Amino acid sequence: MTSTHTNQNTNHNDSLLRFMTCGSVDDGKSTLIGRLLFDTKTILADTLSQIERTSQKRGMEAVDLSLLTDGLQAEREQGITIDVAYRYFSTGTRKYIIADAPGHEQYTRNMVTAASTANLAIILIDARKGVLTQTRRHTYLAHLVGIPHIVVAVNKMDLVNYDQAIYDKICADYLDFANEIGLAQSKTAAGNDISFIPMSALNGDMLVDRLDNMPWYTGQTMLEKLEAAPTAHSEHAEAFRFPVQFVCRPHASDDHELHDFRGFMGRIESGEIAVGDAVTVLPNGYTSKVKAIQLGEEKLQSATTEQSVTLLLEDEIDTSRGDMIVKSSDVKEPVKQIEAFVCWLSETPMSPARTYVVRHTTRESKAKIGTISYKVDVNTLEQQAATDLKMNDIARISFKLAQPLMVDSYADNRSTGAFIIIDESSNNTVGAGMII
Amino acid sequence: MTTSTKQPNNKPLSHLDWLESEAIYILREVAGQCSNPVLLFSGGKDSLCILRLAEKAFRPGKFPFPLMHIDTGHNYKEVIDFRDQRAAELGERLIVRSVEDSMKRGTVVLKSPDEPRNKHQSVTLLEAIEEFGFDCCIGGARRDEEKARAKERIMSFRDEFGQWDPKNQRPELWDLYNARSHKGENIRAFPISNWTEMDVWQYIEREKLELPSIYFAHQRDVVMRGGAIVPINVPLTNGEVINPPKAGEEVINMQVRFRTVGDITCTAPVISDADNVSKIVLETATTTITERGATRLDDQTSDASMEQRKKEGYF
Repeated sequence: MTSTHTNQNTNHNDSLLRFMTCGSVDDGKSTLIGRLLFDTKTILADTLSQIERTSQKRGMEAVDLSLLTDGLQAEREQGITIDVAYRYFSTGTRKYIIADAPGHEQYTRNMVTAASTANLAIILIDARKGVLTQTRRHTYLAHLVGIPHIVVAVNKMDLVNYDQAIYDKICADYLDFANEIGLAQSKTAAGNDISFIPMSALNGDMLVDRLDNMPWYTGQTMLEKLEAAPTAHSEHAEAFRFPVQFVCRPHASDDHELHDFRGFMGRIESGEIAVGDAVTVLPNGYTSKVKAIQLGEEKLQSATTEQSVTLLLEDEIDTSRGDMIVKSSDVKEPVKQIEAFVCWLSETPMSPARTYVVRHTTRESKAKIGTISYKVDVNTLEQQAATDLKMNDIARISFKLAQPLMVDSYADNRSTGAFIIIDESSNNTVGAGMII
Repeated sequence: MTTSTKQPNNKPLSHLDWLESEAIYILREVAGQCSNPVLLFSGGKDSLCILRLAEKAFRPGKFPFPLMHIDTGHNYKEVIDFRDQRAAELGERLIVRSVEDSMKRGTVVLKSPDEPRNKHQSVTLLEAIEEFGFDCCIGGARRDEEKARAKERIMSFRDEFGQWDPKNQRPELWDLYNARSHKGENIRAFPISNWTEMDVWQYIEREKLELPSIYFAHQRDVVMRGGAIVPINVPLTNGEVINPPKAGEEVINMQVRFRTVGDITCTAPVISDADNVSKIVLETATTTITERGATRLDDQTSDASMEQRKKEGYF
C-alpha cells in the first residue's frame, strides 16, 4: 500500500460527536454528506469507482453522490431512501457518527429516530426557497427531541449569486419561527443554540473549505462548527442516574474470594459518582454507600456520565435489573403516572383500549393509555383533538403504569426522560415517548 | 441567537472510551433481555475485540453466554488454533458447528467442490440456533463494512427463517434497545456497530490484544487471479491442503497480511510490510481501498450481495 494521504486520524484521545442531517432530497443533503465524507477523505477509491459504475449504468453523466447514502437494493432501484442510515468519518480531532434520515416518506418517524441519538442537527434550507413548511417541521421535531445544537445551512448560495441580503432575510425569518415555537428562548439542561452558515454543498463553499465567494461571511465553516460543538457528555445534567442493567454474582465460582461479590452493572446515564458516596436504590428506597467502582479489571475512584461501570455497595441489599441507583442527596419519588409527547412509529395505529409495554431505561412496565390531550399537526403546529394515533402522529398523552418508574422530564435528562412503547403481540417498537 | 452558557463539567470521553462503553452497555442489554444468547466467535479481529469487551462487561463473573464458531472447514489453521487457545484461556465454553456436517446431512449442497463456503454458513448457523434454542446471536459486524450494514439495527430482528427484512426493521431510539423475540425468532446483536476498521485497530493497540499471526505481514505463496491476490496451497487443520494454483498461473512469494479473515476461498490478503499493530494503524490511515474492497471475493458479485446474504440468514 502506498501512502499518499492520511484519510483518518490516528489520534487516540479525540472525542465523538453524533449529529443528524435533515432536509429533503432536493435541498442537497446527499451532496452535503457526500462532500463531508469526500473532503475528509473517508470515501475510498474502490467505493468511488463502484458508484461511478452504478451512475453510468443508470445513464447519468456525473457521479451521483447520493448513491453513497442509499445502501439498499430497493433504494438503488427506485432512487429513494427508505430508512435511517449511519455514516462515519473522522478528522484530526474528532470522530463523527452521522444519522442520515431520509427527507421524504415516513419523515416524522425517521427524523425522530435519527434525532434521538444526535447532539446536533444540520437543517438545510434552499436559498432560493427560504423557510418552508418542511423547515418548520424539521425544526419543530429537532426541538421536540431535544437536540441542543441546531445549525441552519442555507444551501445553494451559488444559485442566488452569493447574495448576503437573501441570506440575512432567511436567517431573520428562521429566528422569527424559532421564537414562535419557543426554541430560541428554551434552555434545556444541555443548553441550546442556533447558528447559521451560508454555503454551496455542490461547489464546496463553507463546508470544509471557505473558498472566495462569500467574503462577507466570517463565521465558522460547517466542519469548524462540527469540530467545536460540545459533545453530549460535556454538557450532561448533574443528577446521578444509574439504571441497573445486570447483577454480577459469581458465587458459584471456584474463587472463594468471589463468593460474596455482588456487582451492579450499568451505564451512568448522567452525573458523577465517587467511592464513599451515599446512594439510594429506587423504587425500594434501600440506602448504602459506594464501596468500589470498577471498569473491567480497573478500579476507579470516581466515574462519570456515559461510562459503563460496575458498582459495589457496602451493604448487601436486594437490587436487580430495572432498579435505579441515585445519590441519597437527590432522591426522586418513583411515579405510576406519566405525561409525555409520543411519536407513533408503527403502521398499526395505537389503540387506546389496549395495554402496551413501556421500556424506560432498563425497566419495563405495562401501561394503559389515559387521556390523549391533543395531536400536533407537524406542518401547521396546530393542536387537534384525537382518539387514536397513526404512524408519524405526535400527541400529548398520559399513561397509567403497572410498575413505578424513576423518571425525569425529557428537557432535564434525555436518558431518564425517554421511553419506547412495545406491542407485546408483535414485540415491535411502536412508539417513542418524551416525558413532560 | 442564544449560546450555551453552561461550562463543560469535565473532559468528554475519548472516542475509544465512548465506543467501549457503548459496546459494554449493549452486551449487558443482551444479557439482561435475552434468555439464551450466544457470542459468535471466529477468531478474527472483530470478534476478538468483542471478547475483550465481554471481559470488561461481565468479569469477575463468567460470560452469560457460550461462544460459538460456524466453521466452514476452509479456515486458516492459524486462526482455528488461535480460536481454541483464546477460548481455553478465557475458560469459556466454545461450541463449534461445521458447514461440512451440514454438507453430510445434505442441508448444504455445493454447486462445485471449490465453491466458496461463506454463504453456506447461514444454513449451519440456523441449524445451530435451532439445536441450542438460542434467542440472540452476538456478532462482530460493523456498519462501516458494507452499505447494507449501514442500515442495520444494533438489535436486528430475524424471523423464524433467519431472514432480515431491511424494509421492516424495528425503529431503534435512544439507547432503548428492544431484543424481544418469540420462540423460533432470533435477534442479532452488534455491539460494535458504530466502530470502523480504524477503531478496531486502535482498540487492539490500546488493549494490547493478541491476534492470529496472519493479520501481520508474512511471506506467502500466492497467485494473481481476477485482480485479487489469492493464497495457494493452504494447509488446513485436518492436514489437507487446498487452493492449488490453476494451470498457467505463476506462483509468487509475496509479503502480505490479511485485513479481514474468513473462508480461505474468498478472502484475499493485501501487500503489506506492517508486522505490528501500530504499523497496521498507520497503514489503515493511509489506504485508499476499503476493508472489503480488494479482499472479499464474495462481496463483489453484485451491488447487493451482502444484503442478499443477510436476507437469507447470514449475520
